[in-house]
Amino acid sequence: MRTRIGGVPILNTGTLSPLTPEYRRNPDFFKGACQLACILTILLLAFIFGEILLKAWPAIHQFGFGFITGTQWSPNRGVFGVLPVLIGTVESSFLALLVALPLGLSIALFISEDFLPNSLRQFIRFVVELLAAIPSVVYGLWGVFVVIPLVQKYGTILSDHFGFLPLFAGPAYGNSLLTASLVLALMVLPTITAISRSSLVVVPYSLREGSYALGATRWETILGVILPTASPGIVASAILAFGRAMGETMAVAMLIGNSQRLSWSLLSPSNTLSALLANQFSEADGIQISALMYAAALLVALTLVVNIAGAMVLRQTQRATSVLR
Amino acid sequence: MMKPESRHFFSSPKGKTSFYRMLRNRFLTGLCIALSLLTLFPLISIVILVIRNGLPLISMNLFTQLSPAPGLEGGGFGNAIMGTLVMVCISLLLAVPLGILSAVYINEYAPVSPVSSAVRFVAKLLTGIPSIICGVFAFAAVVMTSQHFSAIAGGVALAILILPIILLTSEQALMGVSVSYREASYGVGATPFQTIWRIVLPDAMPAIMTGIMLAVSRAAGETAPVLFTALFSQNWITSVFEPTASLSVLIYNFASLPYAYHIKLAWSASLVLVTLVTLTNILAQMIFSPKQR
Repeated sequence: MRTRIGGVPILNTGTLSPLTPEYRRNPDFFKGACQLACILTILLLAFIFGEILLKAWPAIHQFGFGFITGTQWSPNRGVFGVLPVLIGTVESSFLALLVALPLGLSIALFISEDFLPNSLRQFIRFVVELLAAIPSVVYGLWGVFVVIPLVQKYGTILSDHFGFLPLFAGPAYGNSLLTASLVLALMVLPTITAISRSSLVVVPYSLREGSYALGATRWETILGVILPTASPGIVASAILAFGRAMGETMAVAMLIGNSQRLSWSLLSPSNTLSALLANQFSEADGIQISALMYAAALLVALTLVVNIAGAMVLRQTQRATSVLR
Repeated sequence: MMKPESRHFFSSPKGKTSFYRMLRNRFLTGLCIALSLLTLFPLISIVILVIRNGLPLISMNLFTQLSPAPGLEGGGFGNAIMGTLVMVCISLLLAVPLGILSAVYINEYAPVSPVSSAVRFVAKLLTGIPSIICGVFAFAAVVMTSQHFSAIAGGVALAILILPIILLTSEQALMGVSVSYREASYGVGATPFQTIWRIVLPDAMPAIMTGIMLAVSRAAGETAPVLFTALFSQNWITSVFEPTASLSVLIYNFASLPYAYHIKLAWSASLVLVTLVTLTNILAQMIFSPKQR
C-alpha cells in the first residue's frame, strides 16, 4: 500500500494498515485528536462568519441594501448608513497605497539588486521588518503627536493655495483622512517590500546577464527586464497591502477624526469601517450592535475579496516564474 | 536587408546618447536611494520619540503600581502588564494545542485529503481577516452570551488572531523534518504515533517554538481584538471573568486624555510594549537559527 508521509510518498509497511489486528487493538487516539483539531479549526471559521451574520441579521433585515447606500449614521435616531464610511475605508487605503508603493518598491529594488554590500542589505531588511513589528497603537500614538501637527501646519498652507480643488478644500484639520493615510502607508510598507522583494529575487539571473550582455545599463535592465518579469508579484503585493490597510484599526481610529460626513477633502475628518467598530462597540446596545455587526460583515467581505484576489495573482506569479527557470 | 549603419540595441530612434543613458542611470540610482532613506526617517522618529518620552518614567513603580486618577501623578501600569500577560496566556492555551494538532494532521497523517486542504484554506483565510473582526466575533460569542466584558473574551479574540500563525509555522516546521528520519522510524517498526511523538515533533520543536514566540509578540501588541472584549480596568485583575486592562488599550485610552502625566504613561507603556514585542521577535529568530538552516 502506498501512502504519503510528510508530503513525500513512501512505501508503507503492513503494520500501519488499519486492517491489521495489531492496529485495531491499539487505535491511534493521537490521530483522532489531530482530526478533531482540524475539524474544530474548520468549524471555527464557519462559526465566526455564522455568528457575525446571525448577530447582524436584525440590521440586515431592517435596513437591507439601504444600509450600504445610506449617508447618515446617527444611533440616537436609529438611522444607520455606511456609505461615507465605506468611501473613507477605500479612499484611505488607496491613498496609503499610492504613497507606500513607490517607497516600498524602491526599498525592495534596493535590497534585491546589488547596489549595496550584502551585510548592509540585510540591515535594511531588518529595519523594514522592525516596522512591521511595531504595534498599531504605537503608530497611532506617534501619529497623534508627530503627524497630526505636521498635517495641520502644511495642510493649512495647502488649503490656502489649492483650496479651489475639492481635494484640498479647507479648513484643514489635523485629524484627517490624509493623516490616517500617511501613517497607514508606513504600516503597509513592510508588506509591499517583503512580497515585491521575494518576486524580484526569483527573477532568473540569466535574464539580467542577457540584458547586460546586450549593453543595457543597470536601470535599463531593471525597468526593461526585471520589473516586467516580477510585475505580477508586485501587483500582488499592492493588492495584499490594500487588504491590510482596509483592516488596520487602531492607528486609523486614533488619527482619522471619526466623522461620518461625506467630504471630498483629504484634509477633513473621515472614518473607516474598522475605526467605526473600534469606537462604537463598547458603548453600543440594541439595534446599534446589530448595525455594527452588519458593518463588520461588510468589512470581512471586502477584505476577503481583496485578499483572495491578491493570493490568486501571487499564485499565478509563482507558476509563471517557475516556468522561466 | 541589413541597415548600413549599426545602431545600438537599446538606443532609441530619437538618438539617445550614451551620456544621456549614463545620466539617467545615475539619476534613477540616486532616486532609489533617496526614497529608501526617506522611509528610515519615520522609523527613527518613532524609536527616538518612544525612548525619549518613555524612558523618564521607567522605574520599578511603573511595574508594581496602579495608574493614578485623572489629573493626579505617580503610579504605573502594573495591572495592564498583568492583564496583557494573562490574556496572552489564555490565547496560547486555546490556540497552541489546536494549531499544532491540526498542523500534525495536515502534514503527517493526511497531507493530501479534503480535510487538509480545507484546513490550509481556512488558515490562510484567517491570516487575512482584520484583527478587529476577531474582537467582533469574541464580542458576539462570549461577551453577548456572558453579558459582561472579560479577560476570557479578550483571550478568545487573541486566540483566533494567532491560531493561523501557529498552524502555518508548525506546518512549515514539520515539513522541515527530514523524510529519512520518518523512514528510519517506520523501518524499525514504530507506529505513526511513536514516529510523530518521539521523532518528528522533537525535531520540529525549535521551529514550532519560533512560531509560538512570533504569535506571542503579535498577540501582546494587538489592541483591536481586546478593545471591546476585555475592555479596560483601573484595578488589578482578580478573576478572568471581569474586565481587564491591557498595555495596548491603556496606550489608546491614555493618549486621548488631556492630562500630561497620563500621556507620559502612554509613552512609557509604548516603550515597554515595543521592547517586549521586539525582544520576543529577536528571541524567536534566535531559537530557530542555531539548530537548522
